[in-house]
Amino acid sequence: MSDSSVVAVHGEAHGGTDDPALRHHFATEEQQRNASSLGMWIFLATEVMFFGGLFCSYLIYRHWYFGDFAAASKSIDAALGGTNTAVLICSSLTVVLAIWAAQTAQRTLMLAMLILTMLFGLAFLGIKGKEYKDKFDEHHVPGSSFSFEHEQIPGHPDQYANPRHAEIFFALYFIMTGLHALHMIVGLGVFTWLLTMAWKGRFTPHYHTPLEIGGLYWHFVDIVWIYLFPLLYLIDRHP
Amino acid sequence: MFDNFPLWPQRASTAAGSVDALFIFLLIVSGLMTLLIFVAVLYFAARYRYRPGVPAEQIEGSIPLELTWSIIPLGVFMVIFAWGAVVYFKSRTPPRDSTEVYVVAKQWMWKLEHAEGQREINELHVPVGRDVKLIMTSQDVIHSFFVPEFRMKQDVLPGRYTVAWFHATKVGTYHLFCTQYCGTQHSGMIGSIVVMDPAQYEAWMSGGNTGPLSATGEKIFAELGCATCHRSDTQGRGPNLQGLFGSPVQLEDGRIVTADENYVRESILDPGAKVVKGFRPVMPTFQGLVSEEQLNALVAYVKSLAQPGAAGTKTAQSSGAPGNGNQVQ
Amino acid sequence: MQPVERENYLNKEYGIGSWLLTTDHKRIALLYLISITFFFFIGGFFALLIRLELLTPASDLVQADTYNKLFTMHGQVMVFFFLIPSIPAVLGNFLVPMMIGAKDLAFPRINLLSWYIYIIAGALMMHCMLTGGVDTGWTFYTPFSTAFSNTKVIEAGLAIFISGFSSILTGLNFIVTIHRMRAPGMTWSRLPLFIWAHYATSIIQVLGTPVIAITLVLVVAERALHLGIFDPKLGGDPLLFQHLFWFYSHPAVYIMILPSMGVVTEIIACFSRKRIFGYGFVALSSIAIAVFGFLVWAHHMFVAGISVYAALVFSILSYAVAVPSAVKVFNWTATLYKGSIRYDAPMLYAFGFLGLFTMGGLTGLFLAALGINVHVHDTYFVIAHFHYIMVGGAVMGYLGGMHFWWPKISGKLYPEGWARLAALIVFIGFNLTFFPQFVLGYIGMPRRYADYSHMPEFQVLNVLSTAGATVLGVGYLLPMIYFLWSMRYGKPASDNPWNAAGLEWKTASPPPTFNFDEEPVVTWEAYNYDELDAPNKQEVPIVG
Repeated sequence: MSDSSVVAVHGEAHGGTDDPALRHHFATEEQQRNASSLGMWIFLATEVMFFGGLFCSYLIYRHWYFGDFAAASKSIDAALGGTNTAVLICSSLTVVLAIWAAQTAQRTLMLAMLILTMLFGLAFLGIKGKEYKDKFDEHHVPGSSFSFEHEQIPGHPDQYANPRHAEIFFALYFIMTGLHALHMIVGLGVFTWLLTMAWKGRFTPHYHTPLEIGGLYWHFVDIVWIYLFPLLYLIDRHP
Repeated sequence: MFDNFPLWPQRASTAAGSVDALFIFLLIVSGLMTLLIFVAVLYFAARYRYRPGVPAEQIEGSIPLELTWSIIPLGVFMVIFAWGAVVYFKSRTPPRDSTEVYVVAKQWMWKLEHAEGQREINELHVPVGRDVKLIMTSQDVIHSFFVPEFRMKQDVLPGRYTVAWFHATKVGTYHLFCTQYCGTQHSGMIGSIVVMDPAQYEAWMSGGNTGPLSATGEKIFAELGCATCHRSDTQGRGPNLQGLFGSPVQLEDGRIVTADENYVRESILDPGAKVVKGFRPVMPTFQGLVSEEQLNALVAYVKSLAQPGAAGTKTAQSSGAPGNGNQVQ
Repeated sequence: MQPVERENYLNKEYGIGSWLLTTDHKRIALLYLISITFFFFIGGFFALLIRLELLTPASDLVQADTYNKLFTMHGQVMVFFFLIPSIPAVLGNFLVPMMIGAKDLAFPRINLLSWYIYIIAGALMMHCMLTGGVDTGWTFYTPFSTAFSNTKVIEAGLAIFISGFSSILTGLNFIVTIHRMRAPGMTWSRLPLFIWAHYATSIIQVLGTPVIAITLVLVVAERALHLGIFDPKLGGDPLLFQHLFWFYSHPAVYIMILPSMGVVTEIIACFSRKRIFGYGFVALSSIAIAVFGFLVWAHHMFVAGISVYAALVFSILSYAVAVPSAVKVFNWTATLYKGSIRYDAPMLYAFGFLGLFTMGGLTGLFLAALGINVHVHDTYFVIAHFHYIMVGGAVMGYLGGMHFWWPKISGKLYPEGWARLAALIVFIGFNLTFFPQFVLGYIGMPRRYADYSHMPEFQVLNVLSTAGATVLGVGYLLPMIYFLWSMRYGKPASDNPWNAAGLEWKTASPPPTFNFDEEPVVTWEAYNYDELDAPNKQEVPIVG
């Protein structure tokens, strides 16, 4: 009646070695891997709904206050934003390469790609920090020191943006990019742990599920940014 | 029904009858359905109670039955929906020539101003048999104007106007409740609607009058310098407001909107939001420079300009709706 | 004379550490049981004070500010800390793996994390309530909550935000478990309808809860930083808050009722000794409710200032969502036909559910009717409606389920006589409490009123309601007492005292830690009561 006999039954019945990575309540590694994968996809669905509420609010105000939002959008640096987009896309590439390296037992490449991913993530946060500092200096942070007077609405030379509406833009800008950055920081934490596991040799072509689901999370954070960038930075921009 | 504890509210408006009729229909439908389920359950529970040696009969289901008891209820529901929609549509469409009252809600009182100028706090005097339209806004949080005996309710929002109307059918005094939680004295934000017969109402109206709301609005219009740009010809930097109210307006971005109360209000507080085609966006904002009551007066004034050639008259105006000759006496 | 006790999940390990660090879904279910019962008492205490205050028209028991906090915290505690977790976190956690033949949920450690998140949220909520409380109403409407209330809105908002993660993780765990951990032979069409109900519930938890999370983030940010997202004075829109809030909070009511429907289905099948009538329709109706439930949120806003056309759309959709619920009621009733019915306590709760859910659901039709909604919105009519569903429906289902599975959970039998009495007292007390509130609402008594001294005509109905509440309270106390009593003095239960269908009954009461001695192989359909009741019953082996 003890557990060990039950585990033993499973181990023998399914022909594999008693893989320490296989947790006791799963019958096979395949079941465990499928469960982990499905779990991460569902978690990402919750994240879509989370950001979705925010995006919805943003889209509504952008529709109502288009001119004011365009003026506010012009004041955030699209070059920095664009650079960050490139940085994240590259980081997703390095994640994929890390997984491929695990699948093909290339330990050095795997570690290098993981480190590179994290460096890209840090670069992203650094550039974001610079953007936030710029906004702080320009008094575009919502609150008592907010100021947005006499900013022209793009395409309407004689119209100035309503500062209160612009403040809503910036409030949403900081909340959206701030929550995104928070998810990046969590992602960096996850990858620190993955790097540690990889260093200790836990990942093999046979088992590297944490890399895959960590990668899924990272890709999701990337995709959120790919939506954020045009929505926030590219309102009514003309070359 | 019983004086000490009524089981049904009085019917004191035209809407009350329609709402009650639908409610009674639903009572009957629900009552029948409840009875049906209760009787079926109790009957089956008794008739098919456990008896030794008598096994249960395994019945998988019945698609015809499932379809029947899906489609028939859906049909009944659609009838209820349609009936409810008709009643609702009527309750949200004030009749054209309604007497207008401006309502400003604040924590924790109701401030009312008739278009004819009388101001009231927590009480609203109205004549029986007349359509009354309420144009309401809040100074602070969301409130809700509820008169159970009229079957009338409308949330009152800060930052915009919401509209409700009723047609009182019985002389008497009826409860007015705030029914959207608004803070400490939410349950104290109550008042009365005093429905009077027309003669008494006229008598009440003529005592203590500051002049029609639109005249107050005209004064504010002059004091704030609106007339500088909004001239009664086409030379002004701003659109001519003659005949504006209730008409369609073309904006410079191509949209066409109707000049209703909310449009006038927004134009004063946030003029850049909707710039009229052919005009430059030079109007300053008056956010923070006008109170809700002053806004109401300005709206009433703009409404009074709806009649061509009626600009700036100092005679006592009736409510802004054109063609309402009731007040001319 | 105690025989040597078999090893089971309760006696496998002793000590507080073995409970607080457990990953056994059954132990986690009991951890939740204790926690949600605690919050039920808190919420119930607030309800008691509310009903005592309303005995007299004047605000004489508590001041208006206190009363406003009481109804707010009653709602928040009951919704977020009792009803939403209740059946899924207790019965769902305990039974989902067993019913599908698994050893545990897919993610046992996340299950434990889910409980800890709930406890942290609960502790924050308790702290908030003990250091001043919050008075915005459980609905947090802006701009009152963001710019006017002087109470601990941020703390309460954060507590609820955190509790949402507990709900999300439970739902996530159930979905993955049901998809990936079913025993061989346990196909989707052989799943107990309890599982279908929890699957549908989990979909709502996973997709809906994040929206209230972001809404609360925005409210907290707005209040803390004086933003203007929902404040018209700063260009914001208070109706946007309402849309975001109700987008979750309407599906949330389906989180609260669907599991209860699953419980009632199991009970009715067992105590009629037959397969549920229309299995496929009942299963699909759960999914339909979950899907349609996301499309009706603005029926809470018919008088809020939305356009007439929006109101029409949401009204018609609200009638659509009523159809699957009606279908369930008919299928349950039809199951009784030609059954072999017993009146044990679980079945009495199921009967109570049938009656009260029917009434509550029908009053939903009243509310969905636009013309009537204008009159009864924000009155006691709405309060009566949702208490009929959440208390008359969800709580009765919960109690019925606790009685039905108590032998499995504890290995003991509860005293049947007392249990039937309690079921009756709950049913009577409930109707006495809440039926008068329908009348109170129609005659015009608004919600959230501390004081009705200008409307003394409301008093008689309020007194009736409070009297009923005391009866209801007695009905709730009884099971708490005799369940505890049974743990020590109750008769030991056999593996399957009800001779019920379902894998959970094919293992010991209480079950061993890994549920089954060997992985079951399912070769029979669900609700095989004909086989279970066959005169020459052959024990169908569960191992292939």
